[in-house]
Amino acid sequence: MAASGGRTVGSFLWKCGNCCFNFNTVSSNLTRQVLSRQLCVSAVLHRKNLAAAGPEKFSEEFIKKQVEEFNIGKRHLANMMGEDPETFTQGDINRSIAYLFPSGLFDKKAKPLMKHPDEVFPKQRAVQWGADGRPFHFLFYTGKQSYYSLMHVSTGSLVGSRWLLKEELEELLVETISEHDYARFIQLMERLLSLPYCSVEEDFVQRYRRQLEIQSSKQQVQPLQYDQHGVAYSTGDGRRKTATGTVLLRDSGSGSISINGTNYVHYFPVLQDREQLMFPLHFMGVLGRFDMQCSVSGGGHSSQAGALRLAISRAMLSFLSEGQVETMRQAGLLTPDPRIKERKKPGQEGARRKFTWKKR
Amino acid sequence: SFENRLAFRWFWLPEPVRPLHGSGCGQQQEAVGMEMRPETFSIFRTQENDPDCQSEQHQGQYYTVPPSHFHTVFPHGLPPRYQQQVKTFNEGCVMVRQPALELISHLKRADYSKPTLRYLLYGVKGSGKTMSLCHTVHYCSTQGWLVLHIPDAHLWVKNCKELLPSSYHASRFDQPIQASNWLRNFRTTNENFLSKIKLRQRYVWTKRESTEEGQPLGELVDMGVSRVKSSSDVVGAVLKELRLQAGGTEGGFRLAVAVDGVNGLWGRTTLKKEDKSPVAPEELTLVHNLRKMINNDWCGGAVIATLSQTGSLYAPSSAYLPQELLGEEGFDSMDPFIPVPVSLYSEKEFESCYLYYLDRHWLQHPHSQTEEGKKELIFLSNRNPSVLERLCAFL
Repeated sequence: MAASGGRTVGSFLWKCGNCCFNFNTVSSNLTRQVLSRQLCVSAVLHRKNLAAAGPEKFSEEFIKKQVEEFNIGKRHLANMMGEDPETFTQGDINRSIAYLFPSGLFDKKAKPLMKHPDEVFPKQRAVQWGADGRPFHFLFYTGKQSYYSLMHVSTGSLVGSRWLLKEELEELLVETISEHDYARFIQLMERLLSLPYCSVEEDFVQRYRRQLEIQSSKQQVQPLQYDQHGVAYSTGDGRRKTATGTVLLRDSGSGSISINGTNYVHYFPVLQDREQLMFPLHFMGVLGRFDMQCSVSGGGHSSQAGALRLAISRAMLSFLSEGQVETMRQAGLLTPDPRIKERKKPGQEGARRKFTWKKR
Repeated sequence: SFENRLAFRWFWLPEPVRPLHGSGCGQQQEAVGMEMRPETFSIFRTQENDPDCQSEQHQGQYYTVPPSHFHTVFPHGLPPRYQQQVKTFNEGCVMVRQPALELISHLKRADYSKPTLRYLLYGVKGSGKTMSLCHTVHYCSTQGWLVLHIPDAHLWVKNCKELLPSSYHASRFDQPIQASNWLRNFRTTNENFLSKIKLRQRYVWTKRESTEEGQPLGELVDMGVSRVKSSSDVVGAVLKELRLQAGGTEGGFRLAVAVDGVNGLWGRTTLKKEDKSPVAPEELTLVHNLRKMINNDWCGGAVIATLSQTGSLYAPSSAYLPQELLGEEGFDSMDPFIPVPVSLYSEKEFESCYLYYLDRHWLQHPHSQTEEGKKELIFLSNRNPSVLERLCAFL
């Protein structure tokens, strides 16, 4: 805030009418009292409400403007005091203000001050979510995202890694170790981690930990297999809601499909099921290329069709390139459908249906 | 294929000019200017409307049944969906397919002084057996044969409301409604024969009514239509007369017995007697007489039959082979027969059907007119004619 003169005091007062900050009370005693009364209350509130201040009350441009004004005001002040603007420190500013605006107040916080806006305005959070309403931080919904992320980081070294096995330790030390020795070693390392400032010795600790293989979330694409005639084939299985299906996909075929030995038009008389089978092939544009031998069991006709669809998509992965695999995943062809029959609850007739409500 | 695309391109050009009905003349005009094979003007249609002259080169193409023939030849034989299609398209187009051609060639070469040959059309559901049968029936009627077309033998063994004990034979049952319906249709089909054929025997119906020897067949049929109670016996009499007289030296007509769903004659029925015991097919007059007809103890004609799983009772839906559908008894009675398998559409036939639907503006969806759409249709229907038809119905 620039206390650059009486001119701007009015505007200044107006701007920070409700805000709980120290400001100049040059104009009148009355205002001074009023302002000082407001000041005391607001300071308390201010301390308490740092976190719950809610979304930003000051926009970024405002803060930037304040910073510019502060810098300009600092230079003006230096000029006024006859000092060199380049080497005008905060201590010089404080002394200059104390000289220009002598205050009879006792409370340090009540005296006029001129500080960099970053120290004056509380640190606020920027808006935590994007245009679509989705929050940026993955721990946003815990309420205390920074705290939990901090906790997360401090135990990060332990998560995803394990202590050395006895054999590995023996290998490292080139000595034979008994089980008792190994147990003592683990105890000691755990003790070390439990002490404060253990993060200082993190490197030392990490030497004795091995990373766990992270389960790759990417789908393993099996390589193509070739049968005796040189025709490429691949298999895939899929499951949906109690039905399981397996598919043997053969290349350079004519688009014939047999399910459990019968023709697919006979096995799936319903058009919807055949459309489900068609979807992966049609999506990648390979309708007449493959021959398929499928076997399916369990479930009803719809779930069997869904299981086969997943199996076909998985079998097709070996024939396709990376980009096409990604498009298939985006289309939802590779995601197993997690829906199953919901449990029936007691006191209700079904999963959701309640018994008929009788008024009396 | 190259020809397809070529045909397609110029075929579409004069579309606004060409009227919907006069397909033949329009195409002829265009063909003159183009260097194409002279016999095929468009890939999927042929001008050869006479089944007699059709041959392998017309295979896969549609020929139009002349409207004048339509109501006489097919009062009751066509599949119901096809009848609706005919009504929609205002023309009856039948595809020339290999099974029908095979049958017609057999019929042309058969010796009619020997006992009748029996032909059996079989295939998976919806592959076009009834349509092939109708094609053959059309051929027979254009050749001047007497056609005995039973549209569906299953209609006689199920859903019968009235079952009268037969007056002729104590243990048998009559079905008056079905019999009179059939006689009416028979009369429509074979108008010209009714006056020519004379009865060789005297038939007594009741104490007061009888039909004398030498009367024309038409009178018998009329009597059957009007006197509903004895119509089943009339049917039996008609069949017997025809059996005796077919292939005879004087008059000499050929008799074609076309039965659809012949496996219904040897299965079980859903009909029950008053004491709730099931009726066996032999106990129905109509079935009994028809079985006698199918036996090859007469000469001068041919028996063409199709198997049908759709209307059959107590048969699994995956069954389509003769042994499965006819059963032991049926197979023994039909043996020996000439089996004619009816397969799904070949690539060419499918192409032809697709072009026909496009031509009739049946495929309205814009995507169905693309190559992609065609591939989808092939996949979803697996080239099964009836499935394709049902699929295109809502496109």
